[in-house]
Amino acid sequence: MAQITLDNLAHSYVANPTSEEDYALKQLDHVWEDGQAYALLGASGCGKSTLLNIISGLLIPSRGRVLFGEQDVTNAPTAERNIAQVFQFPVVYDTMTVRENLAFPLKNRGADAAYIERRVQEIARMIDMEDQLRRKARGLTADAKQKISLGRGMVREDVNAILFDEPLTVIDPHMKWELRTQLKSLHRQFGHTMIYVTHDQTEALTFADKVVVMHDGRVVQMGTPEELFETPEHTFVGYFIGSPGMNLIPAKIDDNQAYVNGSKIELGRGYANLSGKVEIGVRPEYLKLSSKTGLPVNIRRVEDVGRHKIIRADFFGSDINIIAPEGEAISDNMNKITFDPAKINVYANDWRVKGEAA
Amino acid sequence: MEKTTNQKAWFLVLPVLVLVAFSAVIPLMTVVNYAFQDTFGNNQFFWAGLEWFEDTLASDRLHSALGRQIVFSAIILAIEVPLGIFVALNMPKKGFWASFCLVVMALPLLIPFNVVGTIWQIFGRVDIGLLGHTLEAIGINYNYTNNSLDAWITVVIMDVWHWTSLVALLSYAGLQSIPDAYYQAAKIDQATRWSVFRYIELPKMQGVLLIAILLRFMDSFMIYTEPFVVTGGGPGNSTTFLSIDLVKMAIGQFDLGPAAAFSLMYFLVILLISYVFYTVMTTMDKRESV
Repeated sequence: MAQITLDNLAHSYVANPTSEEDYALKQLDHVWEDGQAYALLGASGCGKSTLLNIISGLLIPSRGRVLFGEQDVTNAPTAERNIAQVFQFPVVYDTMTVRENLAFPLKNRGADAAYIERRVQEIARMIDMEDQLRRKARGLTADAKQKISLGRGMVREDVNAILFDEPLTVIDPHMKWELRTQLKSLHRQFGHTMIYVTHDQTEALTFADKVVVMHDGRVVQMGTPEELFETPEHTFVGYFIGSPGMNLIPAKIDDNQAYVNGSKIELGRGYANLSGKVEIGVRPEYLKLSSKTGLPVNIRRVEDVGRHKIIRADFFGSDINIIAPEGEAISDNMNKITFDPAKINVYANDWRVKGEAA
Repeated sequence: MEKTTNQKAWFLVLPVLVLVAFSAVIPLMTVVNYAFQDTFGNNQFFWAGLEWFEDTLASDRLHSALGRQIVFSAIILAIEVPLGIFVALNMPKKGFWASFCLVVMALPLLIPFNVVGTIWQIFGRVDIGLLGHTLEAIGINYNYTNNSLDAWITVVIMDVWHWTSLVALLSYAGLQSIPDAYYQAAKIDQATRWSVFRYIELPKMQGVLLIAILLRFMDSFMIYTEPFVVTGGGPGNSTTFLSIDLVKMAIGQFDLGPAAAFSLMYFLVILLISYVFYTVMTTMDKRESV
């Protein structure tokens, strides 16, 4: 086990990258601390899998270095890195039994038979396949095959890290939750560094201590689930995390006041001289609908999702979502909203501006 | 609704029936007819019973032809299957060179059998052939027309040259169907090259390989044209395989009765072996999916 450092890393699938656009993974410096559980979150095609494959050595980066502890492994073959990786779609060795599949990584490392047997039993219990150990892997369902893939990823105790590349895509929802819990308890028990790639925010937020959000080949923010929710560093994080995502409204900022179409909104902090594309971002949870005070909105639709209501509205020409508690009655004259000043973030060219305490 | 009965519909099968009768049933039955009769000419036949079959089964000549045939099929399978797999494993997976290799590999398969025979017949000649002349020039005594071993080597190499491509192309198709994730997972699991072959590549090639083996077995067991053109079955009878012997018997000596009995048994042997192959193939599939 070791800390994994990505130093000045970048990767392009094009032979001679000329512009920034050619890079699937843009300039990246990052440290994955030993023993942490990370989630790597981002939309499809943002470079998550590329990053994972570089760490496991399936890809050699075009630029930069990968360090395990102090050791430079940038060009080391995958087998030497002693790392486990679980892929999106199940990979099982068809002609082997479930038992042989689970034992395979240990056997390749020359572990002794008694140890292998004990370890296979433990893993089989964890993935709930103890009674199927003697079956051939070929005839199993996709579900079961993926569980075997997961099991094979976890069977080695001495791996440097375990990488998961959207491993629960093919698993049915009930089992998904169960396996995620298992992974989490496994992490607590053995303290492996785990990196879990997903595009499902619930999965990311429940699994990880730290969530790394990627967008367009770049890491845009790393933080706890709470930080991602309260202070998204980039508009993409605001939009991607939360359901529905953060509202972004073009505004003019004058110190601690924002003007949207001439109407004033108080901000919790002061901002000086913002240029470029300036927006304020506020979560639907921090907007309040009322009939008396606030700025006018045009309500288009109310969606009752069970735990709360989502109100889709129009605010000076921008779309805005408001979350109201389930019990609250929405009447047709409730067409004003108030903002919670402390919860408004200000963005210039998509990046958050910190501002100064007013 | 009640179905209308119209027996006239049977006439619609008639063309097929006629076609099959003329292309298969009648010729086969003629052979069967010959197999049980004897003639002294003048188109007069009389019943011979099982005599030809007994003769054939007891004939030393056929025993040795059968022996040579089995040895030949075994040798070319033992060479072509591993060699074909090896070639397939080393072919480029994509890009220009992949297409280039495919075309080059397919070339020998497109050449007519007797042309292949002629090519090697000339290629191996000591007086004008590139191979034969070169071998003689460097002091190797090689002559397929009077040395049995040389004749065998020539015929085997010719078959390997002609047909290894088939095994290679089929194996290649099997290999191409393996998703990258399998190789990646194997790297992650720290599998050796041998394990990758044994547990990923071979299982995925299993289906096509069985077909390749079946095809190569049947073809080589019935081989006629190429060795006939090169050696004519000689020197002596050393490269006389079953088909060559059969043709000698039927057309050379005009022994229609024994030849017919022989060809019926030949046919049944191939049918039997193919059936066994097929059964083994399907039961293997079933057992693995349980």
